[in-house]
Amino acid sequence: MDLKDKLVSSFLAFENNVDVHNPVHDVRTEAIKNFETKGFPSKKEEGWKYTSLNSLQKIDFSIFPKKESTLEYKDVKKYFIHQIDTYKIVFVDGVFSSNLSETTHDGVDICLMSSALTKPMYKAVIDVYFNKVASKDESLTTLNTAFSREGAYIYIPKNKLPKKPIEIIHFSTGNDTALMLQPRNLVIAEENAEMQIIERHQSLTSNAVLTNSVTEIFAAKNAIVDYYKVQNDNDAASLIDNTYVDQKDGSHVKIHTFSFGGKLLRNNLNFYQNGERIDSTMKGITIIGEKQHVDHHTLVHHIEPNCESHQDYKGIFAENSTGVFNGKIIVDKIAQKTNAFQQNNNILVSDKATINTKPQLEIFADDVKCSHGCTIGQLDEEALFYLQSRGIPKKEARALLMYAFANNVLESVRIPELKVRINKLIANKLGVNLGFDL
Amino acid sequence: MLKIKDLHASVEGKGILKGINLEVGAGEVHAIMGPNGSGKSTLASVIAGNETYEVTKGDIFLNGENIEDLSPEERAHNGVFLSFQYPVEIPGVSVTNFMKTAINESRKAKGLEDMPAKDMLKLIRDKSELLEIDRKFLSRSLNEGFSGGEKKRNEIFQMAMLEPKLAILDETDSGLDIDALRIVANGVNKLKSKDNAIVIITHYQRLLEYIVPDYVHVLHNGKIVKSGTKELALELEEKGYDWIKQEAAV
Repeated sequence: MDLKDKLVSSFLAFENNVDVHNPVHDVRTEAIKNFETKGFPSKKEEGWKYTSLNSLQKIDFSIFPKKESTLEYKDVKKYFIHQIDTYKIVFVDGVFSSNLSETTHDGVDICLMSSALTKPMYKAVIDVYFNKVASKDESLTTLNTAFSREGAYIYIPKNKLPKKPIEIIHFSTGNDTALMLQPRNLVIAEENAEMQIIERHQSLTSNAVLTNSVTEIFAAKNAIVDYYKVQNDNDAASLIDNTYVDQKDGSHVKIHTFSFGGKLLRNNLNFYQNGERIDSTMKGITIIGEKQHVDHHTLVHHIEPNCESHQDYKGIFAENSTGVFNGKIIVDKIAQKTNAFQQNNNILVSDKATINTKPQLEIFADDVKCSHGCTIGQLDEEALFYLQSRGIPKKEARALLMYAFANNVLESVRIPELKVRINKLIANKLGVNLGFDL
Repeated sequence: MLKIKDLHASVEGKGILKGINLEVGAGEVHAIMGPNGSGKSTLASVIAGNETYEVTKGDIFLNGENIEDLSPEERAHNGVFLSFQYPVEIPGVSVTNFMKTAINESRKAKGLEDMPAKDMLKLIRDKSELLEIDRKFLSRSLNEGFSGGEKKRNEIFQMAMLEPKLAILDETDSGLDIDALRIVANGVNKLKSKDNAIVIITHYQRLLEYIVPDYVHVLHNGKIVKSGTKELALELEEKGYDWIKQEAAV
């Protein structure tokens, strides 16, 4: 049975374990119909021209974990930003892990989607926000919606700021020879609320994992959301991240994506600016090698006037790795005085690495500033010689140049300990110790 | 210290150096002068190991060892330093971090531990004072947005930090105003000792008023066509290079 058929037929089993009379289930039922009609996206579709899901569909993934696993904090501590105190929402093989988590209801809700979707006290919020910004026809999003049951639920009321950053971590233990996970996150920042989120997916064995994640983020008037995606999984793990952001007047949402590990990574980040004076920022560093594949698809839809968007993606591709950047900016006719900036710079370190980069601007307003730039280059030989002539060996010199190329993306990371961690991951990925703390 | 024998080098098949012979002893300062395109910068790059140039014939010895097969970093570890005519801008790496990496990599190559942070700071402080470099300057990205003078001063600062045995200064005076020239020359003079050697590559005599050479060589069309003492530099300043070209043609 192919993966699509398996998923569709698993929906029946899924229904045995959820409340089918909950209105949420009507949303799921609609969604599975859409997925059943559309199936997995193929390379014939423009948006999937350079990313193939064919080989993943040949793997016999378990749709539900066969048994529950527990992990000890000491064994997985290194995956947390353990230098600082954080709220933690942790899942093991898709199941909430209470011993690794630290949730709260103290003025803010930092807890579980499974509670939010089933408990009456959350109904009012779920009615307003659940599946409201996520696509209702993109097939992988609807697949996730159909199986939506668990994930992180974060609700920050008006004028509130959680005491500490929030970490969302999904571990997979390899209990199943191949496991598909579909976390569903809902993040709501009410007026003037603020939060910082660090998200990570981490497989602990070499068994195959496919994660198809959907995150909905709602930022009300003047809210601030900083979202950091740390993608450094092992080479048997693949991730499709579908993130949808709805912004209102004066809100600032920043998403940083650090893509270093994983077999196949697809990031679909979609921003909708439903208000004025909004700032949407997307930044990314991709450093991959071997046969890794990273695909960034971004969308910013400027719907109202006087808003800004900033995109800055840096990519370094070694060995046989492949990269994709597709940045779409839509400026509606009424969205005058829009400032939209997009930058994608790439370095190919090997003759066999590939990057396909495409800015896609659809501008219907006439008084806007939109700029975009894509570059693809190699390391500068003259700069390499300069560093070598100072006694820095070629390998370290190359690494230093690559680090220098990417590191301005880190300037906007507002959690210093996270910045240190990312620097270490970069140094590890480049295989060097540069004699100073990156 | 440095011995160059019948050195030929080319870039993309085009011969640039056509039989250079040069000997530089410890404690000596040599100036290599010559018109544009005579091969001065190529000679500097080839000594430092730039792989853009192919050595087609001849040998370079450093302290008796043939360095032909050494990489640029290995040459640096053996005491070769090149002050670049056009220092490369490296955004994202501060001057301080760059120097830490350079020094510790050289130490690693010699089997030494990293320099303790305290010693490193002191070294950086002492050497930046020597070149009259402001502390703020050290946290800026390497050469990024530096003026011509700042770049050259930063080159000599690096030389002071790395304490090379053989320093080659490639057009270090170009782009310097008179104050910067004085500071740079003063720095170089303080670094000069009986154990190291300095090769100054320059088009003009100006720098040589401040760093007085023991020997002056004139490079023309890939060959040293005339050698002499510092008086030769003055003569060149006065008469230009045409008479050298004519003499060489005879």
